[in-house]
Amino acid sequence: MAQRILPTQTMRREHRLSPVLPGFKALLLLGLIALLIFSFLVSLALGSVAIPLDDVVRVLLGQDASKAVWMNIILDFRLPQALTAILAGAALGVSGLLMQTFFRNPLADPFVLGVSSGASLGVALVVLTIGSVTTTLLTGLGLFGDLALAAAASLGSMGVMAIVLWVARRVASGTTLLIVGLLFGYLTSAAVSVLLYFSIPERIQSYINWTFGSFSGVTWDQLIVIVPIVLAGLLAAFLLSKALNALLLGEAYAASMGVNVRHVRLAVILTTAILAGTITAFCGPIGFLGIAIPHFCRSLFNTSDHRSLIPLTILVGALVALIASIIADVPGSSLVLPLNAVTSLIGAPAVIWVILSRHSVKENFAA
Amino acid sequence: MSDFRLQLQNLSAGYSQRGRGQRTVVQPFTANIIPGTVTCLIGPNGAGKSTLLRTIAGMQSPLTGQALLNGHAVHQMSAAERARCLSVVLTQKMEVGLFTGYALVAMGRHPHTGWMGQLSEHDHRVVQQSIELVGAETLADRPFNLMSDGERQKILIARALAQEPALLILDEPTAFLDLPRRVECMLLLRDLARRTGCAVLLSTHDLDLALRCADQIWLLPYTGQLSMGLPEDLVLNGAFEAAFHSAHVTFDMLTGAFQPPTARSIPVVLEGTGVHYVWTKRALEREGYAVAEERRPHVPVIHVDTANAQHWQLINGAERRGFDSVNELLITLRQTGYQPAN
Repeated sequence: MAQRILPTQTMRREHRLSPVLPGFKALLLLGLIALLIFSFLVSLALGSVAIPLDDVVRVLLGQDASKAVWMNIILDFRLPQALTAILAGAALGVSGLLMQTFFRNPLADPFVLGVSSGASLGVALVVLTIGSVTTTLLTGLGLFGDLALAAAASLGSMGVMAIVLWVARRVASGTTLLIVGLLFGYLTSAAVSVLLYFSIPERIQSYINWTFGSFSGVTWDQLIVIVPIVLAGLLAAFLLSKALNALLLGEAYAASMGVNVRHVRLAVILTTAILAGTITAFCGPIGFLGIAIPHFCRSLFNTSDHRSLIPLTILVGALVALIASIIADVPGSSLVLPLNAVTSLIGAPAVIWVILSRHSVKENFAA
Repeated sequence: MSDFRLQLQNLSAGYSQRGRGQRTVVQPFTANIIPGTVTCLIGPNGAGKSTLLRTIAGMQSPLTGQALLNGHAVHQMSAAERARCLSVVLTQKMEVGLFTGYALVAMGRHPHTGWMGQLSEHDHRVVQQSIELVGAETLADRPFNLMSDGERQKILIARALAQEPALLILDEPTAFLDLPRRVECMLLLRDLARRTGCAVLLSTHDLDLALRCADQIWLLPYTGQLSMGLPEDLVLNGAFEAAFHSAHVTFDMLTGAFQPPTARSIPVVLEGTGVHYVWTKRALEREGYAVAEERRPHVPVIHVDTANAQHWQLINGAERRGFDSVNELLITLRQTGYQPAN
């Protein structure tokens, strides 16, 4: 129609839907990338033992470090931990973004559909009951501990995910699904409470340790599983960008714009569950990143376009998780802080500041 | 896009209720929607206007019959096919996040773009033209979430236009607008239909506007029997009155407006011309007086003449008083015992 009716007074407008990235924003982006690379190196250098940065770089380039033990520390412990932090930050940030857009709710996070409560229930079952079958708690956590926990958490979150998907095929409204997910959270935490109540203090302690979250327990063998799953999940999220943008206008508009809402809904739930479920299985339920990183990116870059927001969320999520990981390990001491406490303690004030200094969340967000 | 055919064949709309069968809201009807025209769907609250619009838009399946766009049943098209020939503006108020007016209009290109929604030069041209069509050039660079309701509505209409629809469906587009903006909105839609050749179907509660601006009126009463025709025909054959009739309002055929059916017990005679006459008459009628034009014995006469210093003269037998405002006139009428019994 358009050609026929109007004198073609065409103004080419570049980058209109993609964020306008002149000057300041481009600098900001470059700064964040530089900061990420720097934090990555620092996270390899700092810890209970400080390693000089040039040794870190040498090890990464495949050369020998000044001390042989430093190479082991970097390659066997710090590198997997740093990679895990990057993947976890990216995965949790993106799955939080997916949930916030999908439910058009600024309070949504990766766990609103019960992914983490399912994992918690799985872990609680292992730690609090199966642990009693084995002779001591130490074997329960030490020998088969890591893998058993990851398996239990995966099974738990997959179980809840299966139920949520089944519900999602039946209910029409996203809000109903949100409520179902929340109620599932209450159900599982009730079950966990009962298990905790009848358990002994040592096992309760080890369950609580899991809930603190940690990037340090992940080995190279586990990373081989985590990396492809998380990368696939992130790619899937990026491919959903166009549909997610349409969903910002609500499901009815999205459908009128040619989006197959049923398919997209299943894809979004599945992607979120895989991203958040995998991270939760290996690192524990890590809060804050999922809810805060997307808001942080929206405010910082003043955009709601997912084609920009998803890469930005990956970048900022990785950065924040990495910094949290460095702080949690308390450089120069053998002390380790609970990761969840660190993410919230450093992250919350920063995000609150950014959001308040720009717009109100309501304005920022499709709610 | 102007040579399309939109036919509604034996279409009926309603809901399937779980375990209780169907509830038909709109009885089967057959109609054509003509390209380049505005069709206004009006009817009392709860008669099923939105249901009918959703059915024609393919957002829900018809109970019987079908809506055919160029021979294809709308409800059987894929979402993507439908989006290329039919677009909607919904009634909900919404927060969409951080988008400029231009970016939001560009979303209308979704069904025409590739998997990442990258806009081609042609897409940019269509977006720009859609914005110009609704006269929203100044809004293009402004954030959508800071716009007024009227500005948002323009952008949303432009977004729907950017889809290049054969049929544009709007559910109560004037609902959140102030009166001048409502008129603007309706005139804009009429203009768009003429210039783009797309058919516009909208529901509204603004009966007066619908009567003035629509090419066709679809009148949906509670019975679900749709009556269609020119606005004037529907007024004259009484369909309008029948659809909206209630104990508390009646439709005045002369003014085309709904009025309280007051018992106009006390007669007054009103003489004069011009706007002062018209508005004085309105005030008298609202107060419940039966306004006559011919002088009669024992009936007070109100003479309106702007040539006099006091525009309103009340002549009651030999007595004659002047007033500076309608209010003073009414107060005196009441005090002298000419108080209508309503």
